[in-house]
Amino acid sequence: MTPRLAIHDLLANSPNPERVQAFLAGKKLPIVEGSSVTFIWYGQADGVTLRHWIYGLESDSALVRVPGTDMFHLTVEIPYGSRVEYKYELHRGGGSQWVEDPFNPNRARDPFGANSVLQGEGYELPTWIKPDPVAREGSLEPFAYNSAVFGAKRTGCIYRPARFRKTRLYPLLVVHDGSDYLNYTGMKTILDNLIHRLEIPDIIVAFTDSPDRLREYANDERHARFLTEELVPDLTSRLPLYDRPQARCLMGASFGAVASFSTAYRYPGFWGRLILQSGSFAFTDIGKRNRRGPLFDRVVEFVNSYREDPAPVSERVFVSCGVYESLIYENRSMVPLLDKAGMQVRFVEARDGHNWENWRDRLREGLSWVFPGPLMFVYE
Amino acid sequence: MPPRAVVLLGPQRFDPSLGESVSKLGVTGRIAVITAGWQEREAEDEELSAHLHGKTVNLRLHERAEEVFKADKALQNAHRERQEVLRHRQDFYRIRLESGLEAERVIRSRSAPADIMDDEDAASVAAIRALDDWHLAQCARVRKDFEDRCDLTPSPALAKHRREIAGVMKECEAVAIAGGHVASLLNRLALFDIGKLIGNRYVFAWSAGAMAISDRVVLFHDHPPQGPGASEILDVGLGLAPGVVVFPEPQQRLDLDHRERVELLARRFAPAMCLGFPARSRVILKGGRFSAPDGVIVLRRDGTHGLFDPKKDAA
Repeated sequence: MTPRLAIHDLLANSPNPERVQAFLAGKKLPIVEGSSVTFIWYGQADGVTLRHWIYGLESDSALVRVPGTDMFHLTVEIPYGSRVEYKYELHRGGGSQWVEDPFNPNRARDPFGANSVLQGEGYELPTWIKPDPVAREGSLEPFAYNSAVFGAKRTGCIYRPARFRKTRLYPLLVVHDGSDYLNYTGMKTILDNLIHRLEIPDIIVAFTDSPDRLREYANDERHARFLTEELVPDLTSRLPLYDRPQARCLMGASFGAVASFSTAYRYPGFWGRLILQSGSFAFTDIGKRNRRGPLFDRVVEFVNSYREDPAPVSERVFVSCGVYESLIYENRSMVPLLDKAGMQVRFVEARDGHNWENWRDRLREGLSWVFPGPLMFVYE
Repeated sequence: MPPRAVVLLGPQRFDPSLGESVSKLGVTGRIAVITAGWQEREAEDEELSAHLHGKTVNLRLHERAEEVFKADKALQNAHRERQEVLRHRQDFYRIRLESGLEAERVIRSRSAPADIMDDEDAASVAAIRALDDWHLAQCARVRKDFEDRCDLTPSPALAKHRREIAGVMKECEAVAIAGGHVASLLNRLALFDIGKLIGNRYVFAWSAGAMAISDRVVLFHDHPPQGPGASEILDVGLGLAPGVVVFPEPQQRLDLDHRERVELLARRFAPAMCLGFPARSRVILKGGRFSAPDGVIVLRRDGTHGLFDPKKDAA
């Protein structure tokens, strides 16, 4: 039986502008009632369309006007625990414009701007993403490196944990799209918090960036050589790092995950830990043409070849993907391959899309899987 | 010669009860304090010292170890190599253990005639116990190799510090061993052979300290980021509190209402008793007998838990 929703009460009560105003007063929008979510636009428009990034759900969903008012509504079934990024497309005078929901304060930022965020029933904002006044802060310092492989400068930031000591040895985490991870997941705060909670050990993190990520991250031999034969030796000469695969991790999201995995593939046994978030692991079962376009050609070539002959490239791999991503099929397909090849795999799915907050929300599980902290060792 | 008495206590961080136990046993002399589990913060013992009315002397085991390693690079390298081997051993043991625990869980969830279930259940626990024993044997072998190496190439720096520690301890009536990082603490206790130096002094130990002086050090946490964790053996302890497996802060770290988990812990480590030590809890162990229990929680083989009563639980 369909539950009686707030919008049903309004519609049954001969709505007019005053009643709509009263209905909206003090309401948190969108209205979440169990798995039913009512999206609402209030304002002048000829028409309103919900735009979201849930793969599999109708992407062009028109909101319906409440007759005689400026309110538009659309009720959608959203599964428990979901997090959905969306915008409204407003149609006015023959044109249209995508806007954030002015009645919803929840926003997610990304390199393209910001989206409104629906926090569905059961979704909880992780406590460990917010600055904890008790957690000591690590430091971030910019670094630049002249890469012989690329014949150009590469830049990034180095994170050192609070209480860093030159006489200690630390594991190394190398992050692809480092600036985006810092800006859009708040990863520095997360590192501070997880270290404080003893859920991960003190680690050194190299946040790296690429000036041409779609090319360099897409299974580029030069990139693998740069990370393994240039960056790591350079960091090791300057910082107290463990020299063992178990203490070296590569991570990235989307193409960054492909870059991580293809680098580990080229240097099997060197990178003992991997975190692969929503990897763009496109492949074909027959033929070489893929539906995602030429940018993916080298990725498809690589993944097809790996699927043909899976080999252990790392020891411990964390894989995560949103079930509302078009890449969920590819990521689910990778897991049994990695497992079969003898790697220890932890696969986590979330009711979320291909976005930075999905990747943020999985960082605790990912980081503590590849680098378990001293939680089990400390008894105060 | 064993200690006159060993007092196992709950965490002392926020509401210390150590002083009461010291008074109860009539200890009035100096107390050697070991805070090596605090690692770099070892020297920050002002509150502890004040709590014991300033009658303390810190053995500085963490700092001394650093000094020894600085002076004797060969020993440091050997020690690092040993730790590396132990880490590998722990990793591989954990992989097997997780599989063993998962098999136990799956078998337990199946339906079959009672006699078959009993057999299979016993076999699951026996397999886990065998894994634990295997791991302990591996650790013992690694430690023996290191000790042989130390005997073959004595370290003057280590010998000097051992003499100094022995000298300090001669002036002390008791030893207090604080919590912290249990592996780090255990390493320092072993490096300076503290087990032998304690002699018949009173011992007060809490949290990681209590774990380190028991027979077996069991690492545990039922609520880690990766879901219910697998309790794993780290190594043997000093053996000053035989027959006990110590679980500090059981209400925070153990899922005490999960009967299967409690039962498995109790059966896995039997005949040793699994005792949980919340804040302000205490039990005294003297001549192999427990007395004056206060707030200590015992995990029973039927999956229940309750206040430890030596007359009933240790019978």
